[in-house]
Amino acid sequence: MLDVVKDLLVLMIGSSLVSNVVLSQFLGLCPFLGVSRKVDTAVGMGGAVIFVITIASGVAAVIYKFVLVRFDITYLQTIVFILVIAALVQFVEMFLKKYVPALYQALGVYLPLITTNCAVLGIALTNVQKSYGIGFSIASGLFTAVGFLIAIVILAGIREKMEYNDVPESFRGMPIVLITAGLMAIAFCGFSGLL
Amino acid sequence: MSEGNSEARQGSMEVFLNGLVKENPTFVLALGMCPTLAVTTSAVNGLGMGLTTTAVLVLSNAIISLLRHIIPNRVRIPAFIVIVASFVTMVQLLLEGFIPSLYSALGLYIPLIVVNCIILGRAESFASKNPVIPSIFDGLGMGLGFTVALTAIGAVRELLGAGELFGIPIINNVLGMFTSVEYVPISIFVLAPGAFFVLAALTALQNRVKRKMQEKGQNADKIQSGCSSDCAGCSDSGCAHRFVDVDGAPGSVANAKANKKEG
Repeated sequence: MLDVVKDLLVLMIGSSLVSNVVLSQFLGLCPFLGVSRKVDTAVGMGGAVIFVITIASGVAAVIYKFVLVRFDITYLQTIVFILVIAALVQFVEMFLKKYVPALYQALGVYLPLITTNCAVLGIALTNVQKSYGIGFSIASGLFTAVGFLIAIVILAGIREKMEYNDVPESFRGMPIVLITAGLMAIAFCGFSGLL
Repeated sequence: MSEGNSEARQGSMEVFLNGLVKENPTFVLALGMCPTLAVTTSAVNGLGMGLTTTAVLVLSNAIISLLRHIIPNRVRIPAFIVIVASFVTMVQLLLEGFIPSLYSALGLYIPLIVVNCIILGRAESFASKNPVIPSIFDGLGMGLGFTVALTAIGAVRELLGAGELFGIPIINNVLGMFTSVEYVPISIFVLAPGAFFVLAALTALQNRVKRKMQEKGQNADKIQSGCSSDCAGCSDSGCAHRFVDVDGAPGSVANAKANKKEG
């Protein structure tokens, strides 16, 4: 039991801070750069990502274990995962709209933007690569997505402050945001001593 | 050619050069930035990733163009994704079998070619509207444009970050001819932060070129800066839309929502 708790703690720190999904693996860059102008939209996006990635990595792990491994067709994982994830996001959106309208109001606008997010597929594939079980896959998805939330909220906070700065003309817009992300990545490199 | 599309009447060479230079996917359209950042730690990796993507792009463009009258419009995106994913799986297995060193260097980013905006974008905006031969040349041009860009970025990062080019310690060789000074590599450039800095410099350059073009009164609309507003680059070329369009219009929902939110 203690071992499982220890493994989960290592997984939590490892996937949310040390190998942060955006800042060290470059997955999910588009929403990270695109939806980080204000802190509240960033929180919304982060929430939607946590929701989708956690569910998607669970479903992908179940399908991998009970369909792909069972019938010995693991080489089809890329095709199966991308279809399952894309359909799942659609399904989650419809389900939320009908049964949990409050949550849909909060996350709804961000859901379509996540469909082709490479982070979702990337995490599902990483879980398989590291041969996590279903429980650990869900946990890994959750913690990775929390890492995304942390990164995007920090970036949005910095960008809100940066609105008033006098940035060189050529660096206005995306370049300065990328520099900010680079500096954040340096800071996150510091976490690698944690494990 | 019965296609009403003006692009279809262009010569194959023009289509090819268009992708390589005028609409270079990385430097001009700013598509597919995730792999661009992740795998360009060295020139060899950039070259490998570029050629892998080119192979997938040419094959998927050819097949999608062949099937363009058969695939129903409403389910075209899932159909495209299946076709692309099949080719990616094939290429992945081939790499694993024959070039294992490249396979382990690129790792996770090979299956992630499926979600690369360039591939779905070209399927949606070119291959699904044009005959086979121009589509193949479009894929070849775009793919090689991507390859050149990735190799160039990889070369810059490798040169600054390790002092090498394609594994040869060029800087020290040149310095050794004149002085006894040794180059100390700025290793941050081969780490994750370096990728962001190199891309920042690249987009700043892009901004500058764009501004200069606008000052001269030239049309600079084509140049898009990396993932500027809600993945604008992707949604324009048909990437960030819904999996199955409920309303029949690709991208409309995602775009409308994105605009509303940003506004």
